[in-house]
Amino acid sequence: MKINGAAALIKQLEAEGVTVVFGYPGGAVLPIYDAILDSSIRHVLVRHEQGASHMADGYARVSGKVGVCLATSGPGATNLVTGIANAHMDSIPMVAITGNVPSYNIGTDAFQEADIYGITMPIVKHSYLVKDVEEIPQAVHQAFHIAGTGRPGPVLVDIPSDILKAATVYKAPDGPNLEGYKPTVEGHPRQIKAALKAVRAAKRPIVYSGGGVLRSGAAPELTEFANRLNIPVTTTVMGLGAFPEDDPKSLGMLGMHGTSYANWAITRADLIMAIGVRFDDRVTGRKDTFGSQATIVHIDIDPAEIDKNVPVKIPIVGDVKSVLRQLLAELDEEPIDENRDEWFEAIGKIREKYPLDYDDNGELKPQTAIRLVKKHAAKDVIVAVDVGQHQMWTAQYFGFHSPDRMLSSSGLGTMGFGMPAAIGAQFAAPDRQVVCISGDGSIQMCIQELAVARTNDLPVKIFVINNGYLGMVRQWQEMMYSRRYSEVSLPPDAPPDFVKLAEAYGIRGERLTSVEQMDRALPGILADKGPVFIDVRVTEEENVTPMVKPGGSVSEQVEDEV
Amino acid sequence: MKITISALVENKPGVLTRISGLFARRAFNIDSLTAGPTENPEISRMTIVATQAAHPLEQIEKQLHKLVNVIRVTEMDPDNSVGRELMLIKVHAPPNKRIEIFDIVNTFRGKVIDVSRSTLVAEVTGDTDKLRAFQELMVNYGIVEVARTGKVALSRGR
Repeated sequence: MKINGAAALIKQLEAEGVTVVFGYPGGAVLPIYDAILDSSIRHVLVRHEQGASHMADGYARVSGKVGVCLATSGPGATNLVTGIANAHMDSIPMVAITGNVPSYNIGTDAFQEADIYGITMPIVKHSYLVKDVEEIPQAVHQAFHIAGTGRPGPVLVDIPSDILKAATVYKAPDGPNLEGYKPTVEGHPRQIKAALKAVRAAKRPIVYSGGGVLRSGAAPELTEFANRLNIPVTTTVMGLGAFPEDDPKSLGMLGMHGTSYANWAITRADLIMAIGVRFDDRVTGRKDTFGSQATIVHIDIDPAEIDKNVPVKIPIVGDVKSVLRQLLAELDEEPIDENRDEWFEAIGKIREKYPLDYDDNGELKPQTAIRLVKKHAAKDVIVAVDVGQHQMWTAQYFGFHSPDRMLSSSGLGTMGFGMPAAIGAQFAAPDRQVVCISGDGSIQMCIQELAVARTNDLPVKIFVINNGYLGMVRQWQEMMYSRRYSEVSLPPDAPPDFVKLAEAYGIRGERLTSVEQMDRALPGILADKGPVFIDVRVTEEENVTPMVKPGGSVSEQVEDEV
Repeated sequence: MKITISALVENKPGVLTRISGLFARRAFNIDSLTAGPTENPEISRMTIVATQAAHPLEQIEKQLHKLVNVIRVTEMDPDNSVGRELMLIKVHAPPNKRIEIFDIVNTFRGKVIDVSRSTLVAEVTGDTDKLRAFQELMVNYGIVEVARTGKVALSRGR
């Protein structure tokens, strides 16, 4: 039976197991929007394509599936760019589908033409410009395979509108057939043995784990590994929840705003087990001093991450889950039984002396507000954050005890990510509680997606930690520019009035101004069956501490204080 | 330091852009890049001569390998590979100088492939040093134009 290219596209999306697509229609994708009417796929109409890309991202982080977003040619496609870059930096599986002008018009500067294939080349894992209708199913199949396997990432599929309209007979692809793409899954047995030999010799080992652990679904293996070896664990912001933070072995987050004891421990460690991490500058600070006393074992599925930022002694290329299982199997043969009392005691002393804390004076401080949300939220609540001070306070004070619950734009640092990511998460987990913790700056970058929360009756709870400033920039200006505040003020009573704004979208709006009021109001807010937007008026000039200055050494944070 | 990388890539649109973009992003300068089909028309070989800058060579090799369309990447060991480049050079060649120039071209095992009243075009093949030496000799006569292919290379033996 002859169908058109758009129908073949939808058929292939169904074959890939897609159930929800986030998108926005337009001229070049009209054939897709016609075909989608006859499909079981649910389409979520966003209000700006950037929202669609972040929703697909949030959906992917929670479901573990490939998130899908859809946009028209030209501005529709370019509006996806930030979200694609975001998914690329955080290694999130995503397929972005764009229509383009008819192939006979490509290169003519036609109406709504943009070379999205060229524009996105540096920020995709791979991309397709489909020029033949027969190639649609195979290109889409390859796109999903590439996005979701190996080190995940975004893949763009750009299809000109005449190709979407052309007649074809759907032929199911017979496999991805990619000669140049074969991710390594199993770790090399020799490296596994070498890693355990290093662990055996170590007196002060530490696990530094990141997003790769969550992406490969290896949180249980990581926990077992750390428990059996009795090793302290610190995580990156991407890795929060991979190891329960209420375990005494957890040192919380490391790096620029990490705990002083995590940074102290990684500086003193003689063995660093780096698992699913990429030695980002926000983690390492000055790279030449990071882990300089340690033998570094690095487990990652991407061989290009090995030795990229910090030289490592024992690399293990492979899927984190598989490699951890291999390590555990070796441990079955020859267990390691160390109490490491001295090491834990030393870390404990630093923790006691420099706990992660703030001056809780009874005012509604941002950290207190976040702790109150934690106090009243469900145990398995999903938290999507935006970017800035509130993001770091959430990372520091929320306490994540299980995986895939903290959604954060960690690599790109995209303000505006939080609310659409929360919406995407709610579509992935309709029965779970989802909250967005945002700031008064970030929330306004994708505010229009409130309409999606309302029209789809999503019970997301959006907390704006409102301190009247672009707080993180203000903090840097305070600390590094002698308090010369430049363009960072968003006075709480300046527009918009968040409560009225929420109400304009048909959403319940609340304003909380004191600890007592917030503590009283939260149970009712969180139990609401619909979306609620909460303007939390917190103290204004609170800083995120501790802090390693950019370019500084993580050891200095500790030395300053010790 | 100059390095020579040989890459087998799928013969698909956009591959050249991906590779050149990667070099630019990772702060490697490309000195020359040649591409052409292999014995298999679906696969092309690219030979890239680059100057190493901020990142070690291994990093760029791994980044290249990450590209889905790249099948194999090898660094060409100068002692264990052969590399050749072709140069076309147009020089001033008044009748009284022609014989001299012909002699030099012959010495370099090149060929004169076009002669006009005042100029001639010579074709010389060889490694980079040989071409540089030849070009230096031609300076005396006055070089009008030079076109070079960039290096192609294969490993020895196997």
